[in-house]
Formats: sequence, C-alpha cells, structure tokens
Amino acid sequence: MNQVIRVQQLSKDFGDIKAVRDLSFSVGEGQVYGFLGQNGAGKSTTIRMLLTLIEPSSGTIEIFGMNLKKHRKEILRRTGAIIEKPDLYKYLTAKENLRIFSRLSGVKVPDKKIMDQLALVGLAERADSKVKTYSQGMKQRLGLATALVHDPALILLDEPTNGLDPQGIADMRNLILHLSRDLGKTLLVSSHLLSEMEMVADHMLIIHKGKKVVEGRVTELLNPEQSIVELLTPDIPATLVFLRQSGWAATLKELVNGTIRLEFNKQQIPELNRQLVEKGIPVLSLRPLNSLEDYFLSLTKE
Amino acid sequence: MKPVFPLLIAACILLSAARAQGAKELLQKVKAKYDKVDDYTATAKMKTNVVFIKAPVATIKVYYKKPDKIKIKNESGVSFIPRGSANVNMNNVLGLSDFEAVEGGMEKTGGVNCKVIRIFPLSDEESITRATLYIDESRLLVIRSVISTKENGTYELGMSYKKYAEWGLPDKVELSFNTRDYKLPKGVTIDYDNGTGKEKAGEATPKKGKVEISYTSYIINKGVPDSVFN
Amino acid sequence: MFIELLKIELYKIFKRPRTFIAFGAIAVIILLVQFALKVNGKDFVQFYTDSQADTFDIPYEKILNGYFVCVAVLHMILIHVPLLVALIAGDMISGEASLGTLRLLAGKPVTRTQLLMAKFSASTVYVTLLLAWMALFALLGSLLIFGTEDLVVFKETDLHIIKAGDVIWRFFAAFVFAALALTTIAAMALMFSVFSENSLGPIVATVCVVIVFTIVQQLRVPVFEETVNPWSFTTHMLGWKGFFYVEKNAEGATITGSIENPAALLRSGLILTGYIALFLGISIRSFNKKDILS
Repeated sequence: MNQVIRVQQLSKDFGDIKAVRDLSFSVGEGQVYGFLGQNGAGKSTTIRMLLTLIEPSSGTIEIFGMNLKKHRKEILRRTGAIIEKPDLYKYLTAKENLRIFSRLSGVKVPDKKIMDQLALVGLAERADSKVKTYSQGMKQRLGLATALVHDPALILLDEPTNGLDPQGIADMRNLILHLSRDLGKTLLVSSHLLSEMEMVADHMLIIHKGKKVVEGRVTELLNPEQSIVELLTPDIPATLVFLRQSGWAATLKELVNGTIRLEFNKQQIPELNRQLVEKGIPVLSLRPLNSLEDYFLSLTKE
Repeated sequence: MKPVFPLLIAACILLSAARAQGAKELLQKVKAKYDKVDDYTATAKMKTNVVFIKAPVATIKVYYKKPDKIKIKNESGVSFIPRGSANVNMNNVLGLSDFEAVEGGMEKTGGVNCKVIRIFPLSDEESITRATLYIDESRLLVIRSVISTKENGTYELGMSYKKYAEWGLPDKVELSFNTRDYKLPKGVTIDYDNGTGKEKAGEATPKKGKVEISYTSYIINKGVPDSVFN
Repeated sequence: MFIELLKIELYKIFKRPRTFIAFGAIAVIILLVQFALKVNGKDFVQFYTDSQADTFDIPYEKILNGYFVCVAVLHMILIHVPLLVALIAGDMISGEASLGTLRLLAGKPVTRTQLLMAKFSASTVYVTLLLAWMALFALLGSLLIFGTEDLVVFKETDLHIIKAGDVIWRFFAAFVFAALALTTIAAMALMFSVFSENSLGPIVATVCVVIVFTIVQQLRVPVFEETVNPWSFTTHMLGWKGFFYVEKNAEGATITGSIENPAALLRSGLILTGYIALFLGISIRSFNKKDILS
C-alpha cells in the first residue's frame, strides 16, 4: 500500500509548551486513519502542521511522497480539510463559498459540480441561502463540502463531529465511510471520541500530551484475544525482575502511571496471578482493559 | 529794518497766492483735457504683485462714467481688486470742487520733468484727505499721484501714456498700496508643508502691494450703462 | 493565480454590507458640505478673507465655485477617510482570523505572500474606488451645483488663485496622490491586521497612529518639527494639497501648469511609497512566519 502521509520525528514547541513531541506515523492510501486524543493532546497542531498552517519545530512531513515544505502547492492542491469548526464566509451563500474555495484550490468547478457536492452533503436545497442562516450541523456539512469540492485525494478532518446532534454524527460517519469505500479517498480523522473512531477508522493513533501512545489497526487494538492487561502491585521492581526472567517477558508492554501493562490472551490471567502469588509478589489488581475506550482512558489518565 | 519784514511777508503771501493760482490753473487745464472723456470701457491686463497673493495675469474690463463712477471687473476669472483702484480715474482728484492747491516745485518722475501739485480738499465729506499730483505740463498729463484716503490708506499711482494720451488716458497704470498681513489661525487650513512656508517666514514681509494695469484698448464716449456700476 | 486571488478578495469585499458604509458615508458627508456651502458659503469665504476685506474688493460669489467647494470637501473629508480605509484593510487578515476562515485560506495551494499581496491589492482597489466615488460626488457634484471659476486656495499665510482651465489636471493629480496616501494607511492597517485575531484592534490601532501623528504635526513643537514631522507619513499624506499650490514669476503672476515645489511632492510620494514597502515587508515577513492558530 502506498503511503500518503509519512510523518517523522515531528515536534512543535510553543515557547515552553511542547505541543507535539517526536511524533511519527504513516497513513496508507485509501485508509481512514483515526487520530485520537483528548482535547489539547496535539491533534489539531499536528493536522495544522500537515496543512502548513503551523511551522514544525523539527521533523519531516511527506505527503504523496513529496516533502511538504518543498512541494507545498502540489500537495495542498490534492488535499482537502476541515479544521475544528468549519467557519465559512457567513455573508456569502453556500454556493458562493464553494466557488471561492474551489478557486483557491486552483480549480474552476462548474456550477453543476458545486451543486452535486452540496447534494452529497444534503444542502442542495439551501445552496443559495447565506451561511449565517445555517445551523451548526449544516455548517459542518458545508465545511465538508468545501473540503471536497476540488476532488482531493487526501482529506484531513479535525473533529468533524464537533457540535453535531446524533443524527448529524451518524450522517458524518456515513459520509466518511462513503468517501473511503466508494470514492477511494484517504482520510485522516481526528476526534476525542473513541466510539466514533471505532466505527470509521481502519488504523488509529492515540496521542497524549503531544506524544504517540499507541498506533495500530483498530481490529488489533480491539482484539479480544490479545488484551492489554493491567497489573497493579506495590513491588514493581521485584515484579519486573520476575516477569523478565520468566516466560512472560515477551508480553511485557510498558510501565504507565505505576501500573505494569502486559499484552496476552486474557484467558491466561489466572495463571499469571498464580505464579505471582507463588513468588510472593503481592498483587493488588490484575485486570484486562476490555475495550479500546478503557485502554484509551488508562493511557491518558493523569 | 522794521518796514522790511512785513514787506517780505506780504511778498511771500502774494507769491504763494500766485503759486496757488498757478497750481489751480494748471489743474484746470488738465481737468479740461480729462473732461473730454465722458465715459469709457477699457480692456486691460492686470498683474497683481502682493506678497501673500499668487494670482494669474487677469484680463479685466474698466468702466468709467463721469463724474466719478468707475468699476473694474474681471469677467473671466477671480481677481482680488484693490479698493484703491477707484483712483485710477483722475477725476476723483481733478473733480474736487473745494480744495487748496499748492505748487511743490519740479520733480523728475518716470523720465519726465513734472510739476508737483499738492491738493488739500477743504470739505470734510471728501474721502480723499490729501493728494499729490506730478503733472507733465507740456502734455497736461498726470504722470504720478499719491492719494491719501480716509478709509483705505495711501495709494500711489504711476501712469504712462501713449496711444490715448490726447484723452488723458494711460496705457499703463501701476497702483501701489499698503496691505495688511494675511494670516489664518493655525490648524484651519492644515497646509501641506512643502518647505516654502519656512523660507517665507524668514523673509521680511514688505507691506506694499502693487497692481499693474496695462490697457489694450479704450472705447471712449460710446456710453456705458449705469447698471455696470452696481 | 494572483489575479484569481485578487478577484476573490474583491468579491468578498463587495459582498459585505460594511463596505458600502464608507461609500454611503462619503456621499452623505459631501452632500452635507455642499448643502452647507450653498446656504452659507459667503460666510465661509469671509472667514478666510476677513483680514483683507478693507484692502480688496473680494468677489465672494466667484470664489465660491465648484472647484473651491471640491477642495473644501476634500479638505474636510480626507482627514476622516483613513478611518474608512482602516475599517476594510484592518479587517483583511484579522477579520479572516476571527471568522475562522484564515486557516482555510492558508491551507490552500497559494503562498501566503500571494494571499497578502492579493489582500493589499484589493485594499488598494477599494481605496481607488472610494476616491473615484469621492471625485464623482465632490468634483462633479460641486461643479454642477456651483459652476466653474478660477480656484482660490487659502493657505495659512497666503492665497493662490489658479485659472479655471488649469485646475482639472490638479484634481486628478491630487486624487492619485490621495490614493497613494490612503494606500499607505491601508498597508499600515493590513500590517496591524497580521498581528491580530480580531478586527477591532488593527482598526483602532491604525486610527490612533494617524491621530497621534496628526496631532504631533499640528502642535508645531520645534523638537517634533525637526525630528518627527519630516518623516511622519501624516505630513506627506497632505501632499495632495501641494498640487493646488502654484508658483509665481518674478512679477508676481502665477505660472499656468506650475506646482509650487514639485521636488517636495516627489519626496513625499517617495516617502509614502517607502512606508508602503516597509509596512508590506513587515506584513509579508510576519505573515509567512505566523503560526495560524485561529
């Protein structure tokens, strides 16, 4: 699979604040890539760096196999985006907004195609209404239309479901799936809602405090066989020595917030518990993180 | 010695009376010449040379009607016409009925030897308080005059004659007059500072204005309607 | 692409109702001034000529002609137009930032320099149209109402009379110069706009700078006269008036087609151009380095 986005060692500092730290990830062609993190985790900063709105402090970004800095225009011509809430020219109509944004992308889109785009997001009937008369959901959909109007190969959606009602969220989800499955677009979608990501993304990256926490296929991250198991013990050094010297060494994943994380089939939890007790290691808790939500929360809790 | 002094005084009085008589006679002769003109309409060019005015050369019309009506009009533009220009008509002085005239000797003015006559109106109603005329006796023409008025200060006129000398009408008149400073309050006009104001501030500003009227043609005694003077 | 961007910027400017506030305001002010002068013009002229009324016969009616009224209107209105220009130019970047569209613009395949230059050019077009509108109302309107005659220009310590036939070109030159002056304001407002994420800040900052420098200029304090004023753009913005100051010959008569000090006007023009280049330079540099977080 061709890599559409390739980010390496990307960092961004705002003064003393390290918004993004050594972030590396790749997005393959046709993928819906979920970018998950709490508010302020660095998602928007990263997406803005992908759109050249923010200059990275260090690291490289390649999109469509080209260096973003050197080939900015070619890359952006093939990229569409919504960043946070889709603010548009309120004093213009939907049609006028689309016309402006298509031309800014270097494409003169015929009126018919503009109407098709508006139909795609369900706004054809309101094409000639001024945007200031639109509801938040309609603005969100129109924002998506402006991101799509010049037929980009890569679409970056930053929190696309923000402010939408349940129906709006469902519509947006379907639209994302349609763009990926039916039109073959590559999408990078950020959200702080894991449930949304679970439903649309193939791959996912979880970012916390500017750092990548985990990245992988959603199915793998959610694999019920291979669970992340959290072990809480007052004697971490002894536990780590035991785990490394026993057959559990390969399952050892990380040490986060005073808990040891292991990855193995959760059926083996009783066996691990027995061995720990036998070795005289006190176990306060040993439990699988059943859902991605749990996993996400455990990763990002303070 | 006693009888000599009163005799000397008497001789002086007689002499001065004779000179006054001579002055008045000369004025009469000059007036007779000027009286040939009942009215005229003249076309002229007027140059204004006043320190605070920058004006183009104006084409003006001068209308005159006996005894003392005169009007200067710039019909094709804007001109600031000095009020003293009414005195370009010598009848203002020559037409005085009640006055004293004294000869002031001879003086060369504008290359011509002129007799100087000083005139003092006796009536309080006259606007002129004093006038000095420099008269070319041979041609009976006023070459220069200095006229003091009650309201508008002192005007000085220099005249040169050519084509219309027989009518007593000059080809060129130079009118000098006193001016006041022109100064508007600061911040009213908000001028563009192009550096010229500073040079001016350094200059000593002369308080004399000058207007030069060069006549190109006269239409004499063909009638001028009174409405022109309103 | 630049032309396309310029078209888009102009389209946006002229689709906003606020744009027309300036046009409406100018029309109303001009009509008011014309009406006032029609009713009370003699008093106005008298104010300027009072000290000379004893010495000269002053042709009040002739002085109060269309050209004179137009200069009076420009004198009154051009002091306030920077506010109207700031209203548009100060909103150019910051308005997009506060509206949330700046991130959409900057994420498009156009360089930020192109974007900024398109916005600056659009502001210049706006300024030019505003002046053309002003010319239409102030000049044509005044000529229709008051007719043509020689123009008398009253300065603080002298007055200039210009033949009617020698005036029109001066108005065109003055309008071109005023466009340059207002473009300087537009460039400054645009520069402030780059640093702000709300529209009000750059507009207020621009107006404040203009007011402060105008006051400093009018105070005529020697220390400012020698240091600040020769370089202050507000000094040079008045250059349009320079086209109505004529030169006279040795005999005191004005020279048709002359300007009192063309070198000073050229210098003012160059200084204003320098300011525009400086403001644009700072804007481009800062805008290109700016992280767009709005």
